[in-house]
Amino acid sequence: MIPFEYRTPKSVKEVYADLKQFGADAKVVAGGTALIIMMKQRLVRPTCLISLRSVRGLNEIAQKDGGLRIGGLATHREVETSPLVRRRIPLLAETYHHVATIRVRNMATVGGGLAHADPNQDPPPTLIALGATAKAGSGEGARVIPLEEFFKDYYETVLNPGEVITEIFVPALPPNSGAAFLKFLPRTADDYATVSAAAVVTLDKTKKTFADVRIALGSVGTTPIRAREAEAVLRGQPVKSEALQEAAEKAKKAVDPISDFRGSAAYKREMAGVFVRRALEKALAGLKKAPARKGGQTSKRGRKKK
Amino acid sequence: MDKKIRMHVNGKKVEKEVPTHRLLIDFLRYDLGLTGTKEGCSVGVCGACTVLMDGKMISSCLAPVVFADGRKLTTIEGLAKDGELHPVQKSFIRYGGFQCGICTPGMILSAKALLDEVPKPNEEQIKDWMMGNLCRCTGYYKIIESIQKAHQFK
Repeated sequence: MIPFEYRTPKSVKEVYADLKQFGADAKVVAGGTALIIMMKQRLVRPTCLISLRSVRGLNEIAQKDGGLRIGGLATHREVETSPLVRRRIPLLAETYHHVATIRVRNMATVGGGLAHADPNQDPPPTLIALGATAKAGSGEGARVIPLEEFFKDYYETVLNPGEVITEIFVPALPPNSGAAFLKFLPRTADDYATVSAAAVVTLDKTKKTFADVRIALGSVGTTPIRAREAEAVLRGQPVKSEALQEAAEKAKKAVDPISDFRGSAAYKREMAGVFVRRALEKALAGLKKAPARKGGQTSKRGRKKK
Repeated sequence: MDKKIRMHVNGKKVEKEVPTHRLLIDFLRYDLGLTGTKEGCSVGVCGACTVLMDGKMISSCLAPVVFADGRKLTTIEGLAKDGELHPVQKSFIRYGGFQCGICTPGMILSAKALLDEVPKPNEEQIKDWMMGNLCRCTGYYKIIESIQKAHQFK
């Protein structure tokens, strides 16, 4: 690594001020598990690190509008072990559990991971399938970005240089919904996925027809990919295995993997289909196992208040 | 570019002026002479450089030492108290939890962090927790046994 100026702002305001002062020479760092490796390998050479590690109040996990608001500085481990996350959106805890090892999850943060924007990461497909958004703040104010529009290219996002992810919001699953994330790991348990797939299925009242479906994939393109055509195949259709297979075929057309040591492009494309089908099956199976409470969880809470 | 940092290492106060780009592992090994922490892969995968920061395991090869400013660090040198080995250390010796030894400091610190959270873990919990610590002598079953039986030495 090359020497750098180390800034330790104590508030978000101070972070924005530092970003303004040091501009393009600076990198924002939180857990550092991704950035420090890139600095050690001299792939990036910032002359200033603006650390978020002393900023208070950015790691909260709380309920909001029936869903969850998670501070940008919450660690992967905090999300994975949070009783609130496990109770409200268990798939989120399960997905963050898949990331690397506990040692990495103790340091790596939710906001830092998203800003790093490696298309092989686990959380983005799940977050996109769940319809999550990120809040980006800067000296000029804040904006909310749907995560499916957040990633632009390898390690590239829509964030402006002066912006920092302060929190994400993950909405609750609608009633009659099931969700699943699958990570294909032919090598080691702590590896990046060869292919990963997340699916959220919502059935109508008869529970025999798909009301809505959201499918997202990781490790098969320059960004996480939402498979909209595969979703369209299922929406409004009866729940049948032929339909799942058809969606899987569409998902194969949505991906654009590269050949590497985790598999050839052709193999990954094939596996994208297989894992989308399995993710849909698992999401449906979860739905059968835990029948949705009448009216869903949010309205139940609403009733209590009255 | 230097920065003054203050921290506790194995219960002792440490105050030093350090270059900002000094890695925690190099600080421990070369500045403090605590060579028990080993460097393996240098990219946070192998677990040899595991240390505990405020009780939580981290890769010291991935953290600039300035990240540890104001924190409490525990390295393998800090486990024995008054010349008496920590129960996990005793168990690793009794049940053959190591062969060549290079992974051992990281293994023992990770095991300690596990046992602090789950006093009597089952085999699945141990595998899930320890999967980020690699042993290339293939000694995993002895390591699992050592962790399972560490409570005997308390």
